[in-house]
Amino acid sequence: MLLAENITHFSRLLRHAGLQVGPDRVLAGIGAVEQVGVERRDDVHAALSAVMLDRHEQQHIFDAAFDAFWRDPRLLAPQLQALQAGASAQTQPAPAAQPQRLAEALAAPRPRDAMAQDEPSGETQFTASARERLQQADFGSMSADEYRWARHLAERLPPPVQAVRLRRHQAAAGGRINLRRSLQRMARQPHMLLPAFTRAQRALPPIVVLLDISGSMDRYARLFLHYVHGLMRRHARVHVFTFGTRLTNITRCLRGRDPDVALQRAEGQVSDWKGGTRIAAALQDFNRHWARRVLGANAAVLLVSDGLDHDDGHQLGLAAAHLHRLAHQLVWLNPLLRFDGFQPRATGVRALLPHVDRFLPVHNLASLADLAGALRTGSVNPASLLRPSSKH
Amino acid sequence: MNATPEKPGSVDDVVALLAAQNYLSDRRLATALFLALKLQRPLFLEGEPGVGKTELAKALAKALDTPLLRLQCHEGLEISQIAYEWNVARQMVEIRLAEVARTADQGLDHDQLVRKLYSREMLIERPLLQALNQPRSPVLLIDELDRADEPFDAFLLEVLAENQITVPELGTIRASADAVPITLITSNRTREVHDALKRRCLYHWVVFPDVERELQIVRLKAPGASARLARQVVEFVQSLRTLDLFKAPGVAETIDWANALVALDAFSLNATSVQDTLGVLLKYQDDITRVQEGDVARLLAELNTRAGEHARQDPA
Repeated sequence: MLLAENITHFSRLLRHAGLQVGPDRVLAGIGAVEQVGVERRDDVHAALSAVMLDRHEQQHIFDAAFDAFWRDPRLLAPQLQALQAGASAQTQPAPAAQPQRLAEALAAPRPRDAMAQDEPSGETQFTASARERLQQADFGSMSADEYRWARHLAERLPPPVQAVRLRRHQAAAGGRINLRRSLQRMARQPHMLLPAFTRAQRALPPIVVLLDISGSMDRYARLFLHYVHGLMRRHARVHVFTFGTRLTNITRCLRGRDPDVALQRAEGQVSDWKGGTRIAAALQDFNRHWARRVLGANAAVLLVSDGLDHDDGHQLGLAAAHLHRLAHQLVWLNPLLRFDGFQPRATGVRALLPHVDRFLPVHNLASLADLAGALRTGSVNPASLLRPSSKH
Repeated sequence: MNATPEKPGSVDDVVALLAAQNYLSDRRLATALFLALKLQRPLFLEGEPGVGKTELAKALAKALDTPLLRLQCHEGLEISQIAYEWNVARQMVEIRLAEVARTADQGLDHDQLVRKLYSREMLIERPLLQALNQPRSPVLLIDELDRADEPFDAFLLEVLAENQITVPELGTIRASADAVPITLITSNRTREVHDALKRRCLYHWVVFPDVERELQIVRLKAPGASARLARQVVEFVQSLRTLDLFKAPGVAETIDWANALVALDAFSLNATSVQDTLGVLLKYQDDITRVQEGDVARLLAELNTRAGEHARQDPA
């Protein structure tokens, strides 16, 4: 079965490229190609992508892999020697049937997994993201103290958002009568009337974290990443974005259990550590491309930023207002500004303040007690902060 | 009534079948749909709003001449709304009747009564259960799954993978092998649907159609529009999509807009008619302001130069 063999190899290539293609999909892929036939290349392409993908973002990886795999092997001769070295480093040795094509296929999309060390130096494509990494963060050496502190923080801190009422009900001691359950009880105990009740559930809403990683936030960004990682471990619906000069979604990177590995992956993903800040542009980008996707059900947005912006204050105000309309609650955690006698002078801060629901000046981030205290005692009314300075 | 239409035997058949229902699909979508029919797997359709995901289900149901069962998702969906519900009122009446009968000394004993209360007749069927209970494969449309919450995804797993629903009081209800529902799930991606659910489906991202296909669609769905107007409308919308808007207009909006212009007796696009009807096309105030402020004139000018080129080429 040449077809089955090829599809198996192809799926292995996709797995190397980071797609989750299990044996079930391989079987389904073989079935799919048998159904549509192999007369037309675009049909095979459509069939395999229908079976093997589950997100639109994977499409271009798939397309590249498909092109690399189902291509005339003779055209590839010049690249092969360099690539074969890379292929031999694979855990699965290539079967003898089509070593050249497979070698090429195995090596082509490697750059997707940025952690790989044994990347062939040939002119394989896709290394753009690696080159774009303008500046690397330094997550390598966390001191033991810092580490313990961060974990402690992540475990102790209450999420600074309020629970929302869901439309889904759960069993409760009182509330709305659940006729189905009540009747079941009566069927069991016919001589007693024991009504069952339900009540609307309350739960934390989905949380979206927008984390400022510009130069001025440098000291805090790493600690907040730890905090967010802890939050994700406890709470399933958290999305994390970083922004400095560009917006990056690092949610998937932070999914692992181990905080160091997770942060390392995030570091690999983000290209603008310790750069400038363009909050307005980042918020606009978020509103435009992500808000509809991640701010579905009552989501709360945690904006972690010092509000010091290089952009125009007017634009920032518009973007923040739009974000405020999209999000159920918008909470601003500001680690730089002190609450006592705080005067919002920076234009960025003044533009942001009217549009946030809660403003948490977590000024003394280094002190766990203060931060936890600040989060517990709750919010400062943003409007009251603006009033004295608006007299100027 | 026609004879039951055959299930399509090839990708070309699917394209033809849908085209007969005025649904012009591209070949990739047709391939995915063909596989969904052949492999009996649900088809998960994602894409921007207004690219015809829901329409596909309607067209498919019509083409196969089979009922369309539609489940519109929203937050907090309960089993009683999606799958089944016990007819509690009727159960109560049965209990009362049993009480009366017992005083007359001819009633059921307790066990018999319970069995009767939880029999199949007491079950009110909702779309998911109805879909498993049809004589012929129905089209089951689970619309805008992203609006439902996560517990709903989990419940769907059993239905999608096994074509069965388990009712605790009654047992498992399974679709017969020759009447397995054809399931289409749509999502606008307002949240990520769980991987476990996607894994059980075929996946297809529905794209905006290209100029020629969209033009065909507009000609079909807005027959009142002149050839010139239809082409202008389509080209205008296509260039709007290249702008970085909050919400790019979908095919549904293109059709609405063409119809709106026809209703206003427009023969071709001009600045006034575009300004007046922009609300049909764009649904965000920010987008409308932005396009009104500068883009309309520029896009119209581009359209006209392009039309001029066409005119010059055509006689030659």
